[in-house]
Amino acid sequence: MSKLIVTTLAAVVLAGSTMLASAQERVVNVYNWSDYIDSSILEDFTKETGIKVVYDVFDSNEILETKLLAGGSGYDVVVPTATFLQRQIAAGVFQKLDKSKLPNLSNMWDVIMERTAKYDPGNEYAVDYMWGTTGIGYNVDKMKAILGTDAKPNWDVIFNPELAAKFKDCGIHILDSPTDVMPSALAYLGLNPDSHEAADLEKAADLLASIRPYVRKFHSSEYINALANGDICLAVGFSGDVFQARDRAAEAKAGVTVDYAIPSQGAQMWFDMFAIPADAQHVEEAHAFLNYMMKPEVVAKASNYVFYANGNKASQQFLDKAVLEDTAIYPSDEVMQKLFTVTPFEAKEQRVLTRLWTKVVTGQ
Amino acid sequence: MTRVASALFSRLVIIIPYAWLLFFFLIPFFIVFRISLSQTAVAMPPYTPVFDLFGGLSGIVEKAREFSFDNYVWLTEDVLYFNAYVSSVIIAAISTLLTLLIAYPIAYGMAKAPKTVRPTLLMLVILPFWTSFLIRVYAWIAILKPEGLLNQFLLATGVIDQPLIILNTNWAIYIGIVYSYLPFMVLPIYSSLEKMDHTLTEAALDLGCTPFTAFWRVTFPLSLAGVVAGCLLVFIPAVGEFVIPDLLGGSETLMIGKTLWNEFNANRDWPVSSAVATILLLILVLPIVYFQNAQAKADSEGR
Repeated sequence: MSKLIVTTLAAVVLAGSTMLASAQERVVNVYNWSDYIDSSILEDFTKETGIKVVYDVFDSNEILETKLLAGGSGYDVVVPTATFLQRQIAAGVFQKLDKSKLPNLSNMWDVIMERTAKYDPGNEYAVDYMWGTTGIGYNVDKMKAILGTDAKPNWDVIFNPELAAKFKDCGIHILDSPTDVMPSALAYLGLNPDSHEAADLEKAADLLASIRPYVRKFHSSEYINALANGDICLAVGFSGDVFQARDRAAEAKAGVTVDYAIPSQGAQMWFDMFAIPADAQHVEEAHAFLNYMMKPEVVAKASNYVFYANGNKASQQFLDKAVLEDTAIYPSDEVMQKLFTVTPFEAKEQRVLTRLWTKVVTGQ
Repeated sequence: MTRVASALFSRLVIIIPYAWLLFFFLIPFFIVFRISLSQTAVAMPPYTPVFDLFGGLSGIVEKAREFSFDNYVWLTEDVLYFNAYVSSVIIAAISTLLTLLIAYPIAYGMAKAPKTVRPTLLMLVILPFWTSFLIRVYAWIAILKPEGLLNQFLLATGVIDQPLIILNTNWAIYIGIVYSYLPFMVLPIYSSLEKMDHTLTEAALDLGCTPFTAFWRVTFPLSLAGVVAGCLLVFIPAVGEFVIPDLLGGSETLMIGKTLWNEFNANRDWPVSSAVATILLLILVLPIVYFQNAQAKADSEGR
């Protein structure tokens, strides 16, 4: 028994000493998506501010949310997607940003700020890092062979049963996530993509059920490899993931060309947002990190590395042409008008949505 | 003095498995069970009531009154959950049977092999564990897909002229589970066969048994303990399997692991997902306890 006491004491002393160390050494614990930053940015940040970055990565919003909701995650900066952010704000997960410590907010892009304010009114809790769209990833050669045209595909290839049937053998993957797919189905039907009405959602579910026989799989990450390897022709996926597939296919030099299309009927936008948990230990350092990430040349470097659009207007002069002039990354103003955002579902609405989705996917 | 010390030691040794059970099974289970009696809330953590054990007895009693079995009633209202449980049990049962059919001959061969070769064979069975489980499952995608290694081989040898669609079907799930859990079946069967007294089989043969009846009436019953242990080791994790059906199976495959994932992550309903998990545990534990009791009874009657 005394041994137990000794071990406990030792653990307490150890915990105390790390706390002391953290008081002397300035640290910020960042939890970001995997493959989402040029690591030299973190080194530069430490050089400039003397704050050490402890960088950890996740690969799904669900993992992040579970850690945040359980509390005591130990992170000072996290990067949830805006749809998740909103309900996390409601649950009291985050603290308000101290804007006096974020002078670089003036560099942000009003077009993006307006849209993220839908999730976070007044942009009180979070600031955008990267953003993108949910659209169509496709195999360029097979698309041309099947449709006989060079034109970029739109939602017809997914939601029109006659067209989708032509891609059945070649393979279609769709994200296994009702909140990312149903709004586009609603938009295709000419309904409000942000509708939470059960009647509207049922119409969208019926549409999906009509093309279900032609869908090989509903899965939220497998399509990256499947597109890159040429196993499938079409995928409803996130822009960034499809770019990753495009790069992998190009690196493999196996004759597979992947591209991404923002469907002309409109597409859903997503935003990955920097936020500070309410129980963060290093609030000062977290603000310093956020402010640093809003420097135009810094976030431009990040965008040039990950090939995502960022929410920083001033950074655009530092972007590579390959990024800024790619309309799949930075869409034209006309397309921007057609992109939509959706508000999160309340618990009861979410249950209806998930149930409809399970019915579409499993038939039960 | 040494006798006292050794008595104390043997008691301590007995405490270890109980402590293990307490800390890594009973306490986590009660945490899950407690959440299953709560309601969802938009909060951290996302359910109420929340009480901490240091809040005093009256606080605990007051909070305990708020508990309800609503989440369990909910599970009976939608046939989805029942179907998911049933299909999980069926998939796990079929996989367990297939694993047994493949593992038994392997274990038998290992036990019959010369003593000097056995350690090598044992090593070979364990070897795949040195690679990440996830990577091995991903490798099966490359093998089973329509343009994959298996289809290329079968097409080249002229066995088939159309690629077999295996990936994203239940067959791929069976293959994945059988492959992943095979060592868990081989090892217990091997260990019960290895320590078997071979003179018993010889006696059976001398007394007029054919080799097959000798196997069926002597060897197999004596290895039954290993078979049961192996089946439980495969069946239990297979029922709650999530990764293999997610990667290899089709989207239409309904399993309880996926249903639980949906409740927890899509609906953010920790209480209902905890109720799903509690029921899953009951489905698994009750037959096992019943089975073990029956076996213990049979054992004591047999002697």
